[in-house]
Amino acid sequence: MSGAVLPSPAARAPRRLGHAGFWLASAAVAALLILALRGLGSEYAYFAATFVLQYVVLATAWNILGGYAGYVNFGAAAFFAAGAYATVAAGKAMGLGLLPCIGIAALVGGALGFGTGVLTLRLRGAYFAIATLCLSVVLQTIVVNWSYVGGSRGAYVIRPREVPFGFESYGGYLCAVVVVLAAASVALARQIETSKLGLGLAALRDDEAAAEASGVPTLRLKLVATSISGAMMAVAGAPLPFLGSYIEPNSAFGLSYAVNAIAMPLIGGTASWAGPVIGAVLLATLQQVATVTISSAANLMIVGVVLVVFVCAAPHGIIGLFRRRG
Amino acid sequence: MDPDLALLLNGIVSGLLLGGLYAAAAAGLSVSFGMLDIVNIAHPAFMVLGALVVALLWAATGLDPLLLSILLAPAFWAAGAGLYVVYHHFFERRGDEAIQGLAFFFGVMFIIEVGLVLAVGPEQHFADAAYASTTWRLGEIDLPLRMLVPAVVALAAIGGLALFLRRTFTGRAIAAVAQDREALRLLAIDPVRIKRLAFGISIAFAGLAGGALVVVQPVDAWSGHVFIGRVFAIVIMGGLSSLGGCVLAALAFGVLENVTASFFGPSWSPAVAFGCLLLVLAVRPQGLFGRVA
Repeated sequence: MSGAVLPSPAARAPRRLGHAGFWLASAAVAALLILALRGLGSEYAYFAATFVLQYVVLATAWNILGGYAGYVNFGAAAFFAAGAYATVAAGKAMGLGLLPCIGIAALVGGALGFGTGVLTLRLRGAYFAIATLCLSVVLQTIVVNWSYVGGSRGAYVIRPREVPFGFESYGGYLCAVVVVLAAASVALARQIETSKLGLGLAALRDDEAAAEASGVPTLRLKLVATSISGAMMAVAGAPLPFLGSYIEPNSAFGLSYAVNAIAMPLIGGTASWAGPVIGAVLLATLQQVATVTISSAANLMIVGVVLVVFVCAAPHGIIGLFRRRG
Repeated sequence: MDPDLALLLNGIVSGLLLGGLYAAAAAGLSVSFGMLDIVNIAHPAFMVLGALVVALLWAATGLDPLLLSILLAPAFWAAGAGLYVVYHHFFERRGDEAIQGLAFFFGVMFIIEVGLVLAVGPEQHFADAAYASTTWRLGEIDLPLRMLVPAVVALAAIGGLALFLRRTFTGRAIAAVAQDREALRLLAIDPVRIKRLAFGISIAFAGLAGGALVVVQPVDAWSGHVFIGRVFAIVIMGGLSSLGGCVLAALAFGVLENVTASFFGPSWSPAVAFGCLLLVLAVRPQGLFGRVA
C-alpha cells in the first residue's frame, strides 16, 4: 500500500492549494456544473447526473475510512440506506423537505458510524469488514420489520409540487443539491487528507502498532473517521427516495451500492481525494450507459470485471498508473 | 405434550438439521479463511454455483443431487486451485492481500453471480431427491429426510476432512501452513503448493455444500448473499481454524435462527443471529471456541 502511493510532500508543495482555496475551487466547479446542466435542461440529464454524483459522494465517503485508514467497510449500503430511510421517516413524521432531511441523515449516519466504531474498534482487517457486513444485515432486518417506513413493501415519497430557488423542475433542484453535496464532500475529503487527521490515518493504515507507539491517538482517529465516513454515506443516500419516488429495503440495502462504494475508490486510487472521484465518474457513467443500452444485469457484470482487472493489473488505481510513469 | 414445548423441540431439532447444512457451507471457509488467511468472500457464490450446476445436471440425468455434487468435487477443486494461483500471483506474492485481495474476491463473487443470471436466468432452480418428500416421525418431533440426509452427508464429509487434516502428512502440512509458513519451508515443503491444495479443498467443499443446499431449498443466483454473513459468522464464532468449533457454532447458529423464526417470525431470524456475531466480535474476538493468539 505504501511507497508509490505516498508522494514526498516537498515535490508537491509548490502547486498546492490551501484549504480555503480548494473549497472555493470546488464551489466554482459546482456552480459551473449546475449552470451547464441547466443549459442542457433535460430531465434525463438531471437524473443521470444525480445518479453519478451520488456515487461520487458515496465513494469519497467510503475512501475516508477505507482508503486513508485502510479499514474496508462492506456495509456502505447500510449507511446509504440509513440515510435514505432517515429521509423517509423524517419526511413522514415531520413533513420536512429535502434539505433538513439531509441534515438528519448526516446525524443518523454519524451516530451509526460512531456506534460501529465503538463496537468494532478492536477488530482489524477482515474482522472489521465482516462486522460491517453484519451491521448491514441487522439494519435491513430492522427496516423490513419497521412498518412505519413501509417495511418490506417499501415506501412512496411524493416529490413536493412547488420547486424551491427558482429551478424549473424538482429533478433540477435535486440534481443541484447533489452537485453541492458532491463538491462539499470532495473538499472535505481533501481537507482531511492534507490535515493532521489524514496523516494520522495514513500512519495507522501503514502500521497501527507503530503509529500507536509513536503517539498517534489511533482509537480517537478511527472513531472520528468512522463517524465522518458514516455521516457522508448517509448524506449520499438521503436524496434517494426523492430520486425514484419509491424505496424498498432490498434495493436500498442492495449489494450493488456496497460493491460500487468499494470498487470506485479502488479503481480510481485510494490514496488521494481524486481517486474516488475519477472512479465514481467513470464507473457510474459506464453503468448508466450499460443500463440504457444493454441491460441492468450486464452493468453489474461490468463493475465486477473492471474491479477484478484493476485490482490485479493496477493495484494503485488509475492515479497510481500515472504517478508511476510520471 | 404442551404445544409450546413441542414447537420448541421441533425448532431445536430442525435447527440442528439446518445447522448441518450451515456446517457444510462453513467448513470450506474454515479452511480458506481460518487456516490460509484468505478472506474468500466469494465462498457462498461458489456454493450457489455448485447448487445450480447440480440442479441442471439433475434435470439432465436424474441422478441423486448429493451424488452429483460429490462427483463434481474434483472440478471444483481444480477451479479453486486455479483461483488460488491467480490470487497468489497478483496479491499474496506482492504482500498487499488485505484490501486488494478482499476487493478481488468481491469482484469474483459478482462475476459468478451475474454470470449465473446471464447463463441460467434469474429464476429459482431446484433438484428433488428420491427421499425429499419422506418425513420420519419420532413422537412429536418431525425429521424430514430432505433436511436430514444433506446434514448427515455434510457432517460425514467434514469428519473425513478432519481425519485427513489430522492423520495424513499433507493434512498436517495444511494445518502447519496456518501457523508458520516460513517454518514449512525449512522442512522442504512448498507452502504455495500446500495452500493451493488446501484452497482447492475449500472450494470443493463449497460445491458439496451447494449440492446439499439445492436438496433443502430452491436456489437462485443471488441465494449466496444471505450466506455470506452466516458462514463468516460461524467460522469466527467457531474460532477460525478449528473444524470442531465450526460444526458446533453452525449447529448453535441453526438452532438460534430456527427457534427465533418459530417464535417471532422468520423476518427476525437474521438480526438475532447477526446480533450474536456482532456481540462475539466485540466481546470475544477470538471466537467462542478459539484460543487467545
